[in-house]
Amino acid sequence: MTIDTLINIGINIGITIINIAIVFAVAMLHVAYATYFERKVIGHMQVRLGPMRVGPHGLLQPFADGLKLFFKEDIIPEDADKPVFYIAPIIFLVAALVSLAVIPYYQGFVIADINIGILFIFAMSSLGAYGIVISGWSSNSKYAFLGGLRSAAQVISYEIAMGLSLVGVMIMAGSLNLTEIVNAQHESPYGMFAIPQIIGFVVFVIAAVAETNRTPFDLPEAESELVAGYFVEYSGFRFALFFLGEYIGMFIMSSLAAVCFLGGWTIPKFVTNVLPFLTYVPGIIWFLIKVYAFIFFFYWIRATVPRYRYDQLMAIGWKILIPVALVNILVTGLVKILL
Amino acid sequence: MPGTYLPSDYLPILIFLIIATAFGFGALLIGEIFRMRRRYSEKLMPYESGITPLGEPRYRFSIRFYIIAMLFVVFDIEAVFIYPWAIVFDEIGIYAFIEMVIFIVILFIGYIYAWKKEAFRWD
Repeated sequence: MTIDTLINIGINIGITIINIAIVFAVAMLHVAYATYFERKVIGHMQVRLGPMRVGPHGLLQPFADGLKLFFKEDIIPEDADKPVFYIAPIIFLVAALVSLAVIPYYQGFVIADINIGILFIFAMSSLGAYGIVISGWSSNSKYAFLGGLRSAAQVISYEIAMGLSLVGVMIMAGSLNLTEIVNAQHESPYGMFAIPQIIGFVVFVIAAVAETNRTPFDLPEAESELVAGYFVEYSGFRFALFFLGEYIGMFIMSSLAAVCFLGGWTIPKFVTNVLPFLTYVPGIIWFLIKVYAFIFFFYWIRATVPRYRYDQLMAIGWKILIPVALVNILVTGLVKILL
Repeated sequence: MPGTYLPSDYLPILIFLIIATAFGFGALLIGEIFRMRRRYSEKLMPYESGITPLGEPRYRFSIRFYIIAMLFVVFDIEAVFIYPWAIVFDEIGIYAFIEMVIFIVILFIGYIYAWKKEAFRWD
């Protein structure tokens, strides 16, 4: 290797690190304000104001919460399996964070443009389940143990439905690369796959809510019966790592929905034909609007829908979503052949 | 050239992985300096709604979790077979479609068997 190629590699790695730093910082800021946004949304839906004390309209509340968690005592239960207990939140967080690397935020901006983007996100969300299971097991507490078991069963059940719901998109786009999926949507007459793949989209959204352990599928952390579920023994910053992981997981699922079904950073051509000035809006704005619409939807159903029973949860996943997703695959294939 | 392939597309993911792990450990270690530590046996007890824990927490749990885990393996492998099929669907066309119909029908027979055996019942 010559000096020039080495310098080139060095520059490339430097650019990658700067990109990662940007995405990382934005993700952390996102989590901070996603919690604020959630409390405000749910507060107003319940006819109260949400956080108001720290800063104007409570705008500094996330920082106060973060600082508080940072300085809190880190309690490790005596009977816990210590090394496993230490590592579990880090596995959970890292698995969620690394998925950020394959998401295309706008045209040309993706940290790792790999050809199996969707598969990678699934792999990482499965790894996140390990964090949940081993945290539940190692805490040596009944609540944590039950929460971990439930969560594992739930995550793996809904992962199948989610994986199958995206097959329709794969058939239409002919790729697992997320950038190519967005481009394929922009080329297609529909502009976004949510229109022809409406069944897949609905299955995906339901599975995404279950996959991120959100209400109405938050059985693993059902406060009224399991206190907090798998992280009941975690305190201080270790708890904060679980929290970060959960909100980043929500961001990943929302971005995946935006990228695979809503056209990512593009807007449908039939819209821009009518309103040509919309093409001047940068792609990242469209992407973020779609993602935050989804995140708002997560909060909205949390404020609206009561929690399911565990048998209902499993019945929805296995008896409804999986057959519907399989039929959707066959119908998509048939339509694709006939057209 | 075989044997010389470098998965350079994945290098950013490795860097991201290292940064994320460093963040997790770093935040915990730096916090360790500032945090207070006041420990006593009640605080270090597992939480059980304020009473002294009764019995072992890792008791036997429902067999259904195992069944779900096994079914997951079956369906997940099936999904792994469907993905490449979906990607090359355009190139193979009608032949691929018929193959997949047969595949999914066989899978459905097993699925109905599992349903009839009440693998999805929780009560």
